[in-house]
Amino acid sequence: MFLIPNAVVRFFHRMASPPHFYAFTDKVMPWLIIIFVLLTGFGLYGGLYLAPADYQQGDSYRIIYIHVPSAWMSLFIYMVMAISGAIGLVWRIKLAEIVAISSAPIGASFTFIALFTGSLWGKPMWGTWWVWDARLTSELILLFLYLGVIGLYGAIDDKRVASKAVAILALVGVVNIPIIHYSVEWWNTLHQGPTVTKIDKPSIHVSMLFPLLLMALSFKFYYLIALIQRIRIELLQRERNAQWVKAKVLELR
Amino acid sequence: MALFYAFIAIIRRDLLLAVRRRSEIANPLLFFILVITLFPLGIGAQPHLLQAIAPGIIWVSALLAAMLSLDSLFRSDFDDGSLEQILLSPYPASVLVLAKIIAHWLVTGLPLLIVAPLLAVLLGMPTQSIGVLLLTLLLGTPVLSLIGAIGVSLTVGLRRGGMILSLLVLPLYVPVLIFAGNAVEMAGSGLPVDAQINILISILCLSVVLAPWPTAAALKMSVN
Amino acid sequence: MSLDQFLSMGGYGFYVWTSYGVTFCVLLANIIIPIMQRKQFFVKALKKQKNPL
Repeated sequence: MFLIPNAVVRFFHRMASPPHFYAFTDKVMPWLIIIFVLLTGFGLYGGLYLAPADYQQGDSYRIIYIHVPSAWMSLFIYMVMAISGAIGLVWRIKLAEIVAISSAPIGASFTFIALFTGSLWGKPMWGTWWVWDARLTSELILLFLYLGVIGLYGAIDDKRVASKAVAILALVGVVNIPIIHYSVEWWNTLHQGPTVTKIDKPSIHVSMLFPLLLMALSFKFYYLIALIQRIRIELLQRERNAQWVKAKVLELR
Repeated sequence: MALFYAFIAIIRRDLLLAVRRRSEIANPLLFFILVITLFPLGIGAQPHLLQAIAPGIIWVSALLAAMLSLDSLFRSDFDDGSLEQILLSPYPASVLVLAKIIAHWLVTGLPLLIVAPLLAVLLGMPTQSIGVLLLTLLLGTPVLSLIGAIGVSLTVGLRRGGMILSLLVLPLYVPVLIFAGNAVEMAGSGLPVDAQINILISILCLSVVLAPWPTAAALKMSVN
Repeated sequence: MSLDQFLSMGGYGFYVWTSYGVTFCVLLANIIIPIMQRKQFFVKALKKQKNPL
């Protein structure tokens, strides 16, 4: 705390207060959208048009521009969920609790996308829609973990209590994810030859890699945008009797 | 020392309660046996087929039986308020929770070990793998109780916690299923299984140390 | 490269465009649902303010 400049501390203090946060997101939202659109535009143009076809997989490899960033996001968001859940648990910061639970549906969506596109990529490559490949399997289990978080939050009526439960579950999940991941990988190498995973790693050229990084960045910005939208409705609902929400409603009349 | 007495007292109390209510012991056990008998009826009784999938069947059934028994872990204590007393006591809640989990495993996990050889014979498992099956059950079922305790402590206050409990707990059971099932399978073909057993031991150690913390925290949350 | 060639993706058009399409729909839904919920929230809150009973 002593090493952090005062202005930064003040910024976080203000952000932890719902009305300030709400006003702040109003201001940054257009910028986030502009950056997101630019990144996605360049990423897709580079990935779908400029990048050459893969010599082994033809044009089907272009699915990686959404598959791989989604898979990265699915893990990243789980980490965010656990960390903000822990912050909410330890320091009782309401906004951190809301970040944790608002991340869950977005993370689940990315996990679903990673699975779906993985399956669509697998069909022309492996000849079947589903292969019990290590990555697909761990991604499937990750989806169940997300659904567990969402289901648990929905099942508990008191949302303050539900946030705590979700934080505990997310932390337990974070400890387990590496164990699950390695166990699935180990299981996979025993039951299947390494031929399947070979296709997963295309020899990546700069013209293919650059759009991939752009898309990964664009997905990060998408996450911010979607997260802010979810946080806003969650804040409004939880604080529906607070003065600032009533003022907001009056503004709209 | 007082903590140790409290620890033992909770185990004794829970065992005594279980002896008085025998259905708590019998239900998961019957479920375990029933599920295993359903498999040959469902897929046909070809001996090689059954032999090939026996480790998987036994372990998946053990997983389901463990999950089914979880509800009884904190349910009655939650309903009659003694859970609150345990959490209010001056001793660390995580240690007392560990005592409850151990008692629960003695009542629901240990009986599985006793009937498992019988079921292994029914499924035509090779005799050399029965020892390994018992060892994996001995190491694996406590992990199931420990991880399950986290899930059940999160849902104990809910009216319909059953469905959500399976969603919370089963994905976390995956590593145990993989290593234990594989060890039994390998043992059947006469291969060494030291690696799998060592991993199971480390998973058990890890969950004994780590699982009581979130369980205690979640119980405190559920009780309030 | 003609548009037809681009859309066919060297014969993999179906797989590539379905993935992109589904991704687009899922990501869009994630933005639209909270915005709709917010609109609904304000509509309800306004009604409640006009006649609190």
